[in-house]
This record gives sequence, C-alpha cells and structure tokens, in this order.
Amino acid sequence: MVQHSGVLSRRDVLRLGSAAAAAGLLSACALDTTGAPGSQDSDGLVFYSTQLATTEEAESLRRQILAGFGTPVDYVTDSSSTKMFDRLRADAKAGTSSVQVVGALQGEIATLWAEGLLRDMTDVVEELATGAGGRRFTRQYLDLARMDGRYAFVPWIQASYLMAARTDALQYLPPGADVQRLTYDQLLGWTRTLQQATGSPELGLPAGPDGLLKRFLQGYAYPSFTGGVNSTFRSPDAAAMWQWLRAAWATANPQSVTYGNMAEPLLSGEVWVAWDHAVRLVDALQARPDDIVSFPAPVGPRGRGYLPVLGGLSVPRSVADPTASIELIRHLTDPARASTTLRTVAWFPPQDLAGLLGGLPPGIEAEAATLQAMITAPDALASSLAVGLGNQSGAYDKVFTDTFRQIVLGDGDIPSTLATQGAALQGVLDQAGARCWRPDPVGEGVCRVG
Amino acid sequence: MAEQTLSRSATTTGETPAAVPRLRRWVPYLLLAPSIVYLAVFFASPMLQAFGLAFTGTTGRFGLESIRAMLGDDRFWPSVLTTLLLLVVLLPVQFALALGMGLVVNARLRGSGFWLYVFLLPLGVSELGAGIAWYSIFVEQGWLNTVLQGLGIIDTPVIWLDYRDPVRVVATIVLAEAWRSTSLILIILVSGMRAIPRDYLEAAEVFHAGPWQKLRHVLLPLLRPTIRTALIVRTVLAFEVFATVVALGGTGTDVLATQANRAYTEFQDAHLASAYGLVILVVSLAAVAVILVSLPIRRERGE
Repeated sequence: MVQHSGVLSRRDVLRLGSAAAAAGLLSACALDTTGAPGSQDSDGLVFYSTQLATTEEAESLRRQILAGFGTPVDYVTDSSSTKMFDRLRADAKAGTSSVQVVGALQGEIATLWAEGLLRDMTDVVEELATGAGGRRFTRQYLDLARMDGRYAFVPWIQASYLMAARTDALQYLPPGADVQRLTYDQLLGWTRTLQQATGSPELGLPAGPDGLLKRFLQGYAYPSFTGGVNSTFRSPDAAAMWQWLRAAWATANPQSVTYGNMAEPLLSGEVWVAWDHAVRLVDALQARPDDIVSFPAPVGPRGRGYLPVLGGLSVPRSVADPTASIELIRHLTDPARASTTLRTVAWFPPQDLAGLLGGLPPGIEAEAATLQAMITAPDALASSLAVGLGNQSGAYDKVFTDTFRQIVLGDGDIPSTLATQGAALQGVLDQAGARCWRPDPVGEGVCRVG
Repeated sequence: MAEQTLSRSATTTGETPAAVPRLRRWVPYLLLAPSIVYLAVFFASPMLQAFGLAFTGTTGRFGLESIRAMLGDDRFWPSVLTTLLLLVVLLPVQFALALGMGLVVNARLRGSGFWLYVFLLPLGVSELGAGIAWYSIFVEQGWLNTVLQGLGIIDTPVIWLDYRDPVRVVATIVLAEAWRSTSLILIILVSGMRAIPRDYLEAAEVFHAGPWQKLRHVLLPLLRPTIRTALIVRTVLAFEVFATVVALGGTGTDVLATQANRAYTEFQDAHLASAYGLVILVVSLAAVAVILVSLPIRRERGE
C-alpha cells in the first residue's frame, strides 16, 4: 500500500469520518423517539387507553367520538394493563409526561391511584356532575370512582357480561325453562341436550389467552353458587360450583381454550350458546339480530352473580398543566359523545340512559334490554370490582385461571386443588393487604380466604 | 477531527511520528466501537437488567423467589417438554424440506429462480400473521374442514385444535412452523451450496457417482459449516417460537416463550417473566454448545 510517509491517507480519513457520521446517525435514530407512537406532538394530547383497543374501536374513537374536539389528539391504545402501568411508572420516574389522559378500567386505575401516579379528579367530577356540567352520572358508578374519599377518575364507559345463543338452540331448552330466567342447572341441561341433538359440544367459553373466563369465575360462577368469592373460595358450595363447571365444560367446544371473543364462533356456528363481555358479543348480535339472541347470566343457589365493568378517565400526576386534558375529558363524557360511544363501540355511558336509548342499532338495543333486565332482577348479586389488590391483580387472576386449569382441564381433585390454591390466594391477599369486597362481607383487616 | 489535525501536522513537518502507526492499530477498534456501544446499550444492559429481575422477587428482595415460583408452577415442566418436543420434531422435518428445496433451486433447471421466490414467500409473513392464517385453516369451521367436507372425505367437521389430544395440536403447530420458517434454513443452505465449486461434483461424475452418492459424499460434507450455522439459527429461534403456539394451542398448550409472555402481560410479574427468559437463554446456549461440539469443522489440508 502506498503511504504518504506513514501518515493516514486521505481515504482513511474519509472512512473514519463517514464511520463517525454513520455512528452519529445510528445513535440519533436509536435515541430519537419523537416518531414513536404516543409521543406528544408540540401542541397535541396523548390519550392512552386500555379499552377500545381493537382497530375498529380505535378508529371509531378517532373519527367519530373525537370529532369536533379542537386540539389534535393522538389516541394510543393497548389492552395490556402491564404496559400502561410500566409507561406511567417510567414517566413518573423520569419526570416527564408522555401521556396526558388515561382511559382504563376501575381496577387498573385503582392500581395507579394507589401508587400515587394520578391527579385527584374530585374537582373535575364535581364540576361535571353538578350544575353547568350536566352529566347525570349514576350514583353506583360515582361510588366506584371514589378511592380514599376522593374521586380517582371520571366515569367514562360501562358494560357487563351476558350470554348469547343462536335461536336454533332455543328449541332444545329444558321443559319449562325461560331463557331470560335460566338457572345454572337449566343451562347445563340445555347444553347437554344440544350436544346430544347436534352430535357436537355447543357451549362456548372464552378460555383463550385473551379470553375473560377469569371474570366468569370471579363475578358469575363463584358469587352465584357460594354468595362470595374469597371468603367462600374453598367452601363446599365452591366444590359444587367446580363440579357444575366440569360438567358444563364437557359440553363445551374444546376449541374454547383458543377463544378470546365469542362473537366469531357464534356467527360461524362453532358454538351455539356463549358467555362473554357485552362489547365482545355485540358484533354477533349486530350482524344477525334475528338469528342470535342475548339473555342475562343464569341464577345460581345464592343469586344471579354479575360483574359491572366501569371504565374511567384520569390525568397522570406528572402532567404539569391539566387544562387541555380536562377539556378532553369534558368532551368524552358529554352526553352527545356518550351517545356516539354507545352507537359506535357499544359501551354504555355510566350516566342516566334516558334520552340515549331509542333508535339504537338492533344488536345494541338487545344488549341494553338484557343488561337492564340483569341489573334490575330481584335476585341480582352485583360484585364490586376488586380494589386494593394493587400490583397483585395479575397474581390474583392467576389463582383463578390455575384452579380452572387444574380442576377442569386437568381433571384434578377438587378439595385438594382448592386447598393449595386457597393458600396461594391468601398469599396474594396478604401481600396486597387487601380488604374484602362485595359480595364477600366487607370488613376491616386483610380479607381471609374461607 | 483529531486524526485530521494529526495527519496534516505530520505531512507539513515531514516527520514520521511513532504515534501514527500506533493510531493505525486503533482504527479497527474505532470502526467496531459504534456497534459495540450499540450492542452494549441495547442488548447487554437490558439482558443484565433481566438477570437482576429474575433474581429478585415481587417483594424486591434479592434471592431465588422468582426462580422457585417458576419451578413450582405446574405448567413449567410441560412447557419445557413441549418446547423440546417441537424442536426435536421440527429440526429434521425442516432440514429435509430445506435440503430438498435447496436442491431444486440449485439444480439450475429452467425456472429455478421462480421456485426460490415461491419458497421464500413465507419469510415475508409475520409470525403472528402466520399463526392467524393457520388458525383459520385448522379451526372447526375453517378451510381444512370445508375442503375435506367438499371432497366427501369427512361428514362432520373435525375439531383439530382439541387440547385433549396434544399430538394433534403439536402436529398443527409443527406444520405451521415448518411452513413459516423452513425458508430461513433454505436461504442459508442455498448460499452454502452456491459456494461449492462445481469441479467437485464434476469430479464425482467422472467416477460415475450417482445422485445419492454425490449428495452423501460430496455435497453434505462440503455443506457441513453451512448446516451448522443453519442449525444454530433454527435452534435458537425454536426456543422463541411463540405466536403460532398461542394461536393454535391457546391456553391448552404451553411453551417457554408463551409462559414468559403470560407471566408479564397476564400475571404482571416481570420477575417471573425474566426467570423464564433466563431459562430460554440458558437452554439456547446449551443447545448451541451441543451443536458446536457435535459438528466440529474439520480443517482440510491446505486450507
């Protein structure tokens, strides 16, 4: 190689220079996150939500529900609570605010609130609920929004879980059974007859990775059979419930372990009777209102257990000037927007429904009637959502899915499984220091597993 | 900038300073520095953090709490078994397929370029997309049953994704994974085949070697380093197989990666998830070591 008296050649220098430039460029790419989804534009707001997370729901929110709001809003959605927790924790640690408005379920907000990551929303709720605000929030939901005597969020959307069936299945109902007032035993008799008649298992439960079967156990099966959840976890009533579920599962399509959403299997005819979240069933009811009917969850020996779902809006504590965030919350809870929300994404407003109903799309109309019937039934037994579990809510759910897997999928012994899982459940409650919540007797001190 | 100044001063004075050759020795390291910094910041540091997470419990205490929780989970050993089963079944299937496809491409028949494109198409499909596509094939009201019913082979739809029959579920996962990732092995093997001089094969022909003998005694031995690379890549990826298992197996079938994901997203336990990540890392490293030891590269004389 020809050398200019041993010094670096011009080419070497050029190489070094371009390498340095490339390195600079690379690191700039790596560190520049302004293009990442959810980072704040100079004058826009980031609205991060764990609900309304499917593509259609997100598009409805962006195009219809946010329409007419002056400031540009970057709607970021991901159904994983863990990711939202991590993001807000990271923001708080770094002293930044990459999120201006949070939309989440009551239980998720409770976790954030307990960690001191959210602004006190009492002033906003009071302003909206009284006088000029004109939001007629339902008392029950306002109560759920109160934590430590303050309002942790503004009630935004509500729903519950219900059942749906293909009308072809109704002819196989047990004699004398009314689909609007089924008992758990009648449901089992029905799905057994269906299985015999059609030759295949026709019950569907969302036991897949994204399914909400855990809520069926916590808010429906346990309260209906035992009158409680934690305080009756390993009681004889609970053993009877697991017997029932094991028998019912034998009439369920084994593909249930892959189902996250029951609308699709109902429409395709893989299952004829299903339980799921109202919002996850609505597509089936909307697509074939004449062929698919909705009906309330069944009633058990201790009542008709059901779980209200409430989503709320809040502002992270790290937001320096919450004016624009509050403006967005005002927009989203406006009665006109609540009506749009109901019509486009089938989430009900936690406000007085009068004036909103009527002229609804058929599937949503049917769900509204079913939910109303379930909530106002004389034997209705509402669970309040688990509050006070903090970062143990995932571990809490794990106890129920593990128990289901061991008893129902693995055919394990019921009393011994309940004994070991009951100990695990007590460990979770102890670590969280959580008090009991309804339908367990509410009292002082850490909730005891019974 | 510093180098520039240095070189200018050296040229103007006409000296040959000892510092300059020394500097030249640093050039390779300087060139490597950006990628080393990149790897350290974006790979090594998160990995170390994950180790830290795995060895602390949810209470924040340092110890084996998360490891114990993982080993005590009744799904741990089944997930290890399924992961290994998938690996053991998938590797030979995929290598046989990839070798066959590679020979087709390498035969330089008319249109072999076309076949290369066809074989490589699945590389463009994301793992999740492949999982969803195969789910729509195997689900009860899916493509497979519709076709079989249309042909009169079955009367009523078969439930392929029945968790009570693990063999059937694993078979669907193997099929989906083979379709999705065989092309990765193919591309490595084809590049290896193209690097083999045709003289060897021509020499074998002179000695009247048949196609099988050419494959067995010429092609495969010369492909050994390539096969080793492909094996390592495929094995490491097999421990990360995730989306097809989630789509086809649901909650009824577990592998290590789905367990790690569930620990983080569903049970909100980053410590447990990191413990699973640690197991995946250790098992991958062990498998790579086994491959390296069992397939040593023999250095030919004159190399």
